[in-house]
Amino acid sequence: MSERELSGTAATRRGVHDRLAALGPGRAPSFDPGRTLRLGVEFARQLRRRRTQVVFGLLLILPLIIAIAFQVGGGAGSDAPQLVGLATSGGFNFVLFTEFASVGFLLVVVVALFCGDTVASEANWSSLRYLLAQPVPRSRLLRQKLIVSGALSVAVNVLLPVWAFVVGGLFFGWSPARSPIGGSFASGASSERLIIIVAYICGQLLVVASLAFLLSVSVDNPLGAVGGSVMLVVVSNILDQITALDPYRKFLPTHFNYAWVDTLSSPIRWDDMIRGTGLALVYAAVFLGYAWLRFDRKDVTS
Amino acid sequence: MRERLRSRRTRIGLLALAVLIVAGSVAGAVAASRSAVTTSTQFVAGTPENGAPVRLDTTLYLPASTPAPAILLSQGFGGDKTELDGEARTFAAHGYVVLTYSARGFGRSGGLIHFAAPRYEVHDAELLVDYLARRPEVQRVAGRPQIAAAGASYGGGLSLLLAAADPRISAVAADITWNDLTHAFFPNAVGSGPGVFKKVWIGQLFANAFAPGASVSCGRFAPDVCAAYQASARTGRPTPALLAMLRRASPAHVLDRISAPTLLTQGENDSLFPLSEADANARGIAAHGTPVRVVWRPGGHDDPSTGASTAVSAAIEWFDAVFAGRVSRTQPFRYTEAEGVVSAATGDAAAQTLQADAYPGIAGAPRPTSTVTVAGPSQDVAAPAGGVPAAITDIPGFGGISSRVGSALTALPSAFGQTAYFASQPLASSLAIAGQPTVRIVVTPHTTRDVTLFAALRDLAPDGAATLPAQLVAPIRLTGLTPGQPDTVTVRLPSIVRNVLAGHRLVLTVTTTDSGYQLPADAREYTVALPGGAAQLSVPVSTGTPVSAGHPVAWLIVAAAVCLLIGGAVAFVIVRRRRVLRPIPELADVPVLISSLTKEYAGGYRAVDDVSFRVEHGQVVGLLGPNGAGKTTTLRVLVGLITPTSGQVYVFGQPVLPGAAVLARLGAFIEGPGFLPHLTGRENLRLYWAATGRPFEEAEFQTALDIAGLGASIDRRVRTYSHGMRQRLGIAQAMLGLPEVLVLDEPTNGLDPPQIAEMREVLRRYAQTGRTVVVSSHLLAEVEQTCTHVVVMHKGRLVAAGSVPEIAGAGGMQLAVDDVDKAQQVLAAAGIGAEAVPARRALEDVFLDLVGDTE
Repeated sequence: MSERELSGTAATRRGVHDRLAALGPGRAPSFDPGRTLRLGVEFARQLRRRRTQVVFGLLLILPLIIAIAFQVGGGAGSDAPQLVGLATSGGFNFVLFTEFASVGFLLVVVVALFCGDTVASEANWSSLRYLLAQPVPRSRLLRQKLIVSGALSVAVNVLLPVWAFVVGGLFFGWSPARSPIGGSFASGASSERLIIIVAYICGQLLVVASLAFLLSVSVDNPLGAVGGSVMLVVVSNILDQITALDPYRKFLPTHFNYAWVDTLSSPIRWDDMIRGTGLALVYAAVFLGYAWLRFDRKDVTS
Repeated sequence: MRERLRSRRTRIGLLALAVLIVAGSVAGAVAASRSAVTTSTQFVAGTPENGAPVRLDTTLYLPASTPAPAILLSQGFGGDKTELDGEARTFAAHGYVVLTYSARGFGRSGGLIHFAAPRYEVHDAELLVDYLARRPEVQRVAGRPQIAAAGASYGGGLSLLLAAADPRISAVAADITWNDLTHAFFPNAVGSGPGVFKKVWIGQLFANAFAPGASVSCGRFAPDVCAAYQASARTGRPTPALLAMLRRASPAHVLDRISAPTLLTQGENDSLFPLSEADANARGIAAHGTPVRVVWRPGGHDDPSTGASTAVSAAIEWFDAVFAGRVSRTQPFRYTEAEGVVSAATGDAAAQTLQADAYPGIAGAPRPTSTVTVAGPSQDVAAPAGGVPAAITDIPGFGGISSRVGSALTALPSAFGQTAYFASQPLASSLAIAGQPTVRIVVTPHTTRDVTLFAALRDLAPDGAATLPAQLVAPIRLTGLTPGQPDTVTVRLPSIVRNVLAGHRLVLTVTTTDSGYQLPADAREYTVALPGGAAQLSVPVSTGTPVSAGHPVAWLIVAAAVCLLIGGAVAFVIVRRRRVLRPIPELADVPVLISSLTKEYAGGYRAVDDVSFRVEHGQVVGLLGPNGAGKTTTLRVLVGLITPTSGQVYVFGQPVLPGAAVLARLGAFIEGPGFLPHLTGRENLRLYWAATGRPFEEAEFQTALDIAGLGASIDRRVRTYSHGMRQRLGIAQAMLGLPEVLVLDEPTNGLDPPQIAEMREVLRRYAQTGRTVVVSSHLLAEVEQTCTHVVVMHKGRLVAAGSVPEIAGAGGMQLAVDDVDKAQQVLAAAGIGAEAVPARRALEDVFLDLVGDTE
C-alpha cells in the first residue's frame, strides 16, 4: 500500500508504526520545574491573541481621536475643569488630560482584561489542565501568568502617556506642563512628575489587577473575572460618593485613584499618594494571597 | 456542616448578609443623628421699646442627652432664625442645647433694629441668656450655667458684644464679623481716620432691613439709626451721630472685658469684613490673657457658597475643648490657600488647609516677612468726573462668581489713565503670602487737598494673566494735603493668602476708581510714584504646613507588614500542604499504583470510592465503565489535577501531588483536547512543548505529527478544526516526548472506524516498547480489542481488575462454531441438547454481570 493511499483512509501512516516499533524503552525525561512555562513562552501565548492586539491598537488610536476632537472642536468649553481646559496647551497637559480621562474606567478595564482573562481563558479553552499536567507547578504557573499580565498592564500604562505625549506635542506643541493652580513646570520637572504619575497609577491599578487575578483563578469564565473586577471598581466609586460613610470612605479601594493630581502642586504633596499606595498594597496582598491559596488546592475540573 | 458552609450558595448568602449589615448600620447611624434632636418654639420677652413689650421668636434645640452646655446662636443681618436651623441641628447632634432666635426687627420678633446696640440687641441677648440659665436642660458646673455665644457676621458681632457684657458667657465663636464698624464701613489703608465709604456693600446691608408693612424709607430700622445712615450715605462722610452709633456697636472698644475663650473664624474672600477685622479682635482679646484661636476659612461675605461648614466644625471643636477645660493660651492657627492644590475629584484648583503652631497676626512681629522690590516710574493718573467709568474688582456678595467669570475681572485694570503700575522682577522662587503686605508710595494731588485711591497687589503670570487675590483692594483716603506737594504714606494692602509661583511678578496697582466705593464727584489728577523710583514691598509669608500633607509613612509600613505577613502565611500553608506523602523506593518500577482512592465532591457525592489497582510496564490497561463510573475523576487524580479526599496515587513510586515532577513522565489526554484557538495546530504543539521547558530533541515532533495525521491542516488555526481533528491533535500532544505512561481518556470519541483501528494499532505498538498505556472507555469492544488488562468501574467503585482473558474467563466458557446447524446435529447425535442464541461477546457478559451485582 502506498503512503498516499494510507493517509487517505487512516489517521496515521505506516511509517509511524515502524518508528514506534523501533523505539527503545522509555527513559525518565530531563525535567526541571524551574524551566516550565518560561516568560518568553507565556508572552508568545498572550501576545498573539487578538484581544491583546486590539487593546494596544485602541490605545494608539485613542489619543489621536481626542487630539482631533480638540482640534476640530476648538478645545474644552470654558466651564470645563481646568485640567481639561489646559489639555490643548501642550504635550504634557495633553498627557495629563488623557490620563485623567482614562484612569477611571479605560485603564481599569484593560488591566482587568489582562489580569482577569489570563487563567480563566486557559480554563475556558481546557488548556489549563494540560499545562498543569505537564506539569507546570501551580505556584509557578500563577507567578509566570501574573508577571506577563502585569507586564502587559504596565506596558499599556506607559505606552498611553508616552504616545499621548507624542500626539499632544505634534498637535499642540511641546510647551511644558501648566498646572491648573497656575504656573508651569520646566520640562525636566514635567517629565519627573509624569513618571511619578505613571508609577502611582500602576500602583493603584494593582488592586484591580490582583482582584481580577483572584477571580481569574476562581472562575472558568473570563468574562466573569473581568466583569467582576470592573464591577468592584464601579461599586467602590459609587460608595466613594457617599460622604455619610466618611471615616471609612478612605479605605475604599478606589478612594485615592486620582491622588496623582497632587503632583501638580508645588511642591508635590505626597500624603494621599502614600496612603493610596499603602492601601493598594494591602488589597493586592490580600487578593493575591487568597488567589495563591485557592489555586494551590483547587480541583481543576474544567 | 463544614461542607455546607463551603457551598457556593451559603457563601453568597453570607456576603449579602454582610453588605446588608454594613448598609443598615450606616443608614441607622444617619437616621439616629437626625431623629435624636427635639425642638420647641417659643416667644421670649426682649427689651421693651418705647414702653411697649417686645417678643423675641426663639427655637430651642435639645440634644439626645441633657443636661448639656448651651449655645446661643445669633443670626446674620437680614433673614431670621430659620436660616440657622441646619447649623443648630449640627450643634445639637454634637450634644449641645441650642437656642436660636430672630433678632429684634427681623422675622417674627418685635421691635426695631438698633444695629447691635448695647441697650437693645445686646440686652436682648442677655435676656436670652437668662432664659437659658433657667432651663433645666442646660448643664451647670459649680452652680454656673454653661453657655456659649456663637454667630456669623451680625450674629458674630453680637456674640462678641454679649461676651463683653455678660460674664455668664463661657465661650464665644464669632464668624466673619467686625472689630470696628467705622473701619469696615469707611476703610482707610493709610492712617486711622475714616476712609472711603464702601457704598455698595453698606447700601445692600441696610436694604436688608426693609420688609413689607414697615416704613418705606427706613424699613424696620429705628429712626435715629436710619437718619444717621441716610445723612452719611448722601455725602460719603460719616456724621458724628453715625460715628457714635458705629462705635457703640463695635467690639473694638470692649474687647478688654471679654474673658470667655474666643474662636474667630474669618473669610479670606470678604471685602465687607476683611481678615484685618479678625486680626484686630484677636489682638485685643489676647492682650488681656484670654485664649483666642483664629481660623481663616474659605469664603466670606463675598462668597457665601463655601466655608460655612468649616466655621461650624471649628466652632464645635472649640466648644468641646473649652467645656472640657482643654484650652491653653497658645492656640494653633489654621488658614486656607484657596488654589493651593489640584482637586483629585474634579481636576480643578482646590483649597488646602494649612496650620501653624500659633497665630502670627497679619503683619508685624512675630509674623515673618519677606521683601520684594517693586519699581516703576512716577505716573500721572486721573479720576473721572462722577467716578465713572470705574474699575470693577468685586460685586458684593458675588465674589465667588466674579472670581469665576475670569479674565474680565482678573486682568489688570485697563481704563486708560486711571492706574499706576509698579512691577517686580519675576520671582526666583515661589512666595507664599499670608497676611497684609505693606508698601510706601508717594502721592501728589495736582489740584485737590484730598486724595482717594485704591491700591492692590496682583499676581502676574508669565503668560500675561493677572490675578487679583480674593478680589480685594485697599482704599486710600488722604486729607489735608497741599496741591502739588508730594506726600509719602505707608499703604496697608489687603490681607491675602496666596502662593505666588516662581517666574510670576508681583504688580502693585494704584487706581483712582473702584465701583464698590463712593468716589469724588469732581475730576482730578494725581501723580503716584515710589520713593526713589523703587520700593520694598514687605510681604508677610506663610508659616503653616498643609494639614493633610506630610508623609504618612505609617500607611506604607503597615502595608509592607501586611504584605510580608500574608506572603509568609501563604507560603507557609502551601509548603505545609506539600509535606504529606513520602516516595516509596520499592515502587520505582511500577508505572502506576492507585491505593484506596476516594474522591468526594462538595455536597457529599462520591465520584470515586475506595479504588485500588496497579499498572505494570508494557500493559495497555483499559478503564472500563459506563458514564459516571468515576473513570475521568480517577485519571484527573492520576495527573494531579484533583486532590483526592483520601488514598494515594504513586507514579514510579513518587506520590502524585499537584505539580509533582514525576508527572513529566506521564503524557495525558483527558476529557477532550484543550488548545489555544488562535494558534495553528503546529504552533500549539510547539508552545506546549516549549512550556515543559524540556529540550526540543526530546519531543519527537515528527512522530506526534504523524500520529495526528492532519496533513496540511496542521498549519491552520485550531478554531477551524473539526472535533475529530482536535481529538487527534490532543492525542498527538499527549504523545509528545513519548512518555513512559500514556493516559488517554476516551481517545476514540469523534474518530471514524479506520482512525479507531489505526489508533488501536498505535497503542499496541506503543506498549510493546515497554511503555505503559492507560486508556478509559465506556465501549466494551474498544477495551477488549485494545487492552491487555482491564479495570472495571461502576458508580465510583472498582468491580473487577485483571487481564482481559482473566476477566473474560470469569464469566464461564463459550464455544463458537462455524456451522451452527451441523454442530447442533452432531450434538444432538451425541445426546447433548443445544440451542442457538445470538452471539455475545465475553467481556460484555462479564461486565453486565459485574455491574448487575452492584445494583
